[in-house]
Amino acid sequence: MTAAALPAPSPLALRLRDALVITVLGGLLALPFIGLVTVEEGGALAVRTRWGAWAMTLVAIFLGRLAFRAALDAWRSRKPSHKSAAFSSTDAVLRRAAGTSLLAVALLLPIFFADNRYVIDTATTLGIYVMLGWGLNVVVGLAGLLDLGYVAFYAVGAYTYALLSTQFGWSFWAALPVAGALAALFGILLGYPVLRLRGDYLAIVTLGFGEIIRIVLLNWTSFSGGPNGIGNIPRPSFFGLPFARSAEGRTFHEFFGLEFSPMHRFIFLYYLIVALALLTHALVSRLRVLPTGRAWEALREDEIACKALGLNTTTVKLSAFATGAMLAGFAGVFFAARQGFISPESFTFSESATILAIVVLGGMGSQLGVVLAAAVLVVLPEVGRQFADYRMLVFGAAMVTIMAVKPTGLLARREPTVRLNPSRSSAP
Amino acid sequence: MLELQRVSAHYGPIQALAEVDLVVRAGEIVTLIGANGAGKSTLMTTLFGTPRASSGRILLEGEDITALPPHRIARLGMALVPEGRRVFAKMSVYENLLLGATPLEGAHVEENLQRVFSLFPVLETRRTQRAGTLSGGEQQMLAIGRALMSEPRLLLLDEPSLGLAPLVIRTIFRTIVALNREHGLTILLVEQNARQALKIAHRGYVLQNGRIVLEGSGAALLADPQVRAAYLDAAS
Repeated sequence: MTAAALPAPSPLALRLRDALVITVLGGLLALPFIGLVTVEEGGALAVRTRWGAWAMTLVAIFLGRLAFRAALDAWRSRKPSHKSAAFSSTDAVLRRAAGTSLLAVALLLPIFFADNRYVIDTATTLGIYVMLGWGLNVVVGLAGLLDLGYVAFYAVGAYTYALLSTQFGWSFWAALPVAGALAALFGILLGYPVLRLRGDYLAIVTLGFGEIIRIVLLNWTSFSGGPNGIGNIPRPSFFGLPFARSAEGRTFHEFFGLEFSPMHRFIFLYYLIVALALLTHALVSRLRVLPTGRAWEALREDEIACKALGLNTTTVKLSAFATGAMLAGFAGVFFAARQGFISPESFTFSESATILAIVVLGGMGSQLGVVLAAAVLVVLPEVGRQFADYRMLVFGAAMVTIMAVKPTGLLARREPTVRLNPSRSSAP
Repeated sequence: MLELQRVSAHYGPIQALAEVDLVVRAGEIVTLIGANGAGKSTLMTTLFGTPRASSGRILLEGEDITALPPHRIARLGMALVPEGRRVFAKMSVYENLLLGATPLEGAHVEENLQRVFSLFPVLETRRTQRAGTLSGGEQQMLAIGRALMSEPRLLLLDEPSLGLAPLVIRTIFRTIVALNREHGLTILLVEQNARQALKIAHRGYVLQNGRIVLEGSGAALLADPQVRAAYLDAAS
């Protein structure tokens, strides 16, 4: 195996030097964190040194860095930069197979875990994030507009359903399109003032927009209940059949002659989010092969060329914002219906950041990548529960590893939206 | 076909074009030469309304387009091959060409595609490849092909020879001549490569600090001592 042969200084020397630098940096940081400790001494605090522990940390950092570099180099030289220029069709077949099997797993999951509420709940949460990821993918991945306030549209959807159902007795299904339309309207509302902005400037404004929505919800007590949120939001029914032990009229388990089980509702909710997510996927994939979707991608690539080609960049941008916002609105309705209670707490910036992390980690613009990244980001903290205090540490380490090994995301290669018949005789 | 009447343009307080008068007649190749920063590219983008002309009028086939939004101008039969090619790098050659057909809203896509492929056969063999992985010359062909997808009557080329090897430049220029002679396309060509541009042009304009300082037939400008001193001799 001959990896890219480095000149003059041997790879080993380079690695040792690199590890040494990191150790010095780590040592400086570890000095106050680990080297010093406060102890109680006769009612007062005193500072003690722990040189032994500090030295151990240094050794651990040095060895850890060496191992990390070695692993990284091994990973990189494993496949000598296979950047084939053409879109390979075996790749597409693999993706299709992966997508189909993921779908099968998603559909069969409740059959195997019918009694396990924890698994179904986690899978439902995953479904929400997949849907949000696909929605944000339209704005960030396809149109290339960095949106840090995406959670605002999620909140608009959730509050629309919460208010319509608790105040006016609207059903889930009636509120769904209204909430989607309202969220889309907010998307356009945000889109207009930021038409001329790009990149970091756009990010700052969208970040502010997300905060504005949250702070309005937090303070407009008479409208949104303020920090108390809105409770007793009706759960969705199975086309009019409620999931209850007993109710006026027929309930779900009576209608189907089943034994009452609280699990019915959770499984129904799970299938509902799977259906909504699939609908989202169908919509986005369809749009991608239409001129609308192509225009989004062209906008991401080069705005000036877009204008020269007669694309109205205003409508292209607004349609991307509106589509992404609408999908977040749908997800918000589902979220409110599932939780039964919402408050501004659920719509903080960290939610936006998580959704954005899903899109970036998945590889911008990749639909399958979003699913994988959402799985990583939702399931990993759950798995990490057994590590208790170290949970976020494990999570952070996983993020760093992914970004170090695959800097462009899990599935960075973009699929072409149109394929020609490979065999075609040239025209006369 | 295209007429600029005393057109001025500004970037904030900086004047980029000063009362430019310029005419392109149907069937001509007209070239605009000038040094870096003379305002050549600004003139091209001003035709599309970014930046907007601060004074003067722009007429396309008699219609005043000075105040139209860019996406409307692109639908009037004028296509721009922008400076630096600006192909959509992560999209396939085919998708790039389809985007070029935007002004026609999906009409004649197949015929125009075949026309572009017969003009640049290399694009047909590369049609599923990402545009960003093409060589510079192929990207330039793609940029021209993309512009042709909208069936323009007037083609604006902004520095098509930028950063290309001499051999490739020759191919590109031959194509430009062919488009004009065989397909009857009217062409406005902006170039730093003054010698080659003037050789193929019917007429030319020399732009200096945003002003037209000279105009004449391609041959006359090639022979002009001022032009020779400023744009030709130094290069050869």
